[in-house]
Amino acid sequence: MSGPDDAPEVGTAVLDLRDVHRTHGSGEAVVHALRGVSLTVGPGELVAVMGPSGSGKSTLLALAGGLDGPTAGEILVEGQPLGALDRRALARVRRRRIGYIFQDLNLLGSLTAAENVALPLELDGVGVRQARRAARAALDEVGLTELGGRFPDQLSGGQQQRVAIARALVGERRLVLADEPTGALDSQTGEAVLRLLRRRVDAGAAAVLVTHEARHAAWADRVVFLRDGVMVDSTAPLGGVEQLLAGSGR
Amino acid sequence: MSIRHGLLALLERGQMYGYQLRAAFEESTGSTWPLNIGQVYTTLSRLERDGLVRPLPENEGGQRPYEITDAGRADLALWFATPISRTDRPRDELAIKLALALTTPGVDVRSVVQTQRTATMRALQELTRLKYASDRPEDLPWRLVLDAMVFQAEAEIRWLDHCETSLVRHRPATGPGGRPAEAGRTAETAGRNGEEARR
Repeated sequence: MSGPDDAPEVGTAVLDLRDVHRTHGSGEAVVHALRGVSLTVGPGELVAVMGPSGSGKSTLLALAGGLDGPTAGEILVEGQPLGALDRRALARVRRRRIGYIFQDLNLLGSLTAAENVALPLELDGVGVRQARRAARAALDEVGLTELGGRFPDQLSGGQQQRVAIARALVGERRLVLADEPTGALDSQTGEAVLRLLRRRVDAGAAAVLVTHEARHAAWADRVVFLRDGVMVDSTAPLGGVEQLLAGSGR
Repeated sequence: MSIRHGLLALLERGQMYGYQLRAAFEESTGSTWPLNIGQVYTTLSRLERDGLVRPLPENEGGQRPYEITDAGRADLALWFATPISRTDRPRDELAIKLALALTTPGVDVRSVVQTQRTATMRALQELTRLKYASDRPEDLPWRLVLDAMVFQAEAEIRWLDHCETSLVRHRPATGPGGRPAEAGRTAETAGRNGEEARR
């Protein structure tokens, strides 16, 4: 949904999955979670992954985020093959380049909203002051400027989710991975979360959104369908709104 | 939905005469679409004119059965392969198409479901994009109209998901459209998908 003026440089994919396989167990008990999935996500692109439980959605997201390794195939984040990195280097890529939004928010109850958001930067060795400044900017972005001093239990579910998003977006993360980020939220609040994600992507990030809600997946530029670990279909890039409007009476 | 494609789908099962076609049509559509015998014969004569069906000699009872031609099969295959456009849809066509796909030999129902799901998902993306662009307070009436279309499209996708789950649970391995490879995969995952449906 980004216009031609603010579209980031084309060329390098932020996320590139190449013929990725992931199996668990062996012999009789082997489970093929992913079977040869290839997916490229560029800057300014939001891709939604849909499919029933057990289709491999969450496995795909864990692999994309370097939280799990593939059995075969290659995963590149901003051109860097994750398989070639040692543990420390991989941990650094995960902290600096990738933001995660999960249904389970994992906010630390003993830290304020701003401290929660600043935490990943501080863990990465950024000075406290600079980290707090970045956290404030991220909280601004999600519309929580005034609430940075509150603790998670002093915030509503929707506000907590926005803090978790600010934490995922803080700093210079180019890849945002979201797993059912609107899970427990009502439809209006859920939509606000998706607008935030959309805006960040339009500003140049790449994002993968795993969801089983078609209405949420529809915020993506492209929707891919997984079945039994295989990508069975994908929507074409958007365009041609006029045709749709012709049928709506406007 | 045209009665044409309904009759072609029924004749793909085997030759039938007019009254049989009417009964089978009503059965296939759960009697939601009553058909009079005149409509059946008018449609048959148009199909014959277009070379999609061919009349056979009358039987002892004086009834004339029809059979589908190769051109008719091609026309039917095209219908099943083409998603219905959201712009000018007679609302029932999709439901009836799926009901017929289940009982028509040689149709891969899961692929009919997926083709429609992708097309509807894309329409949903377009609607969402319009909504995203309509953020001003004065856009509210328009946004509500868009929401109505969004929820309709979403409902259709949820229904398609439901159809697919039902297919996996109730027709696990065989059926006129089941290919051996597909069938094996379906059986392997039937338990998992069933579990999801119960949640």
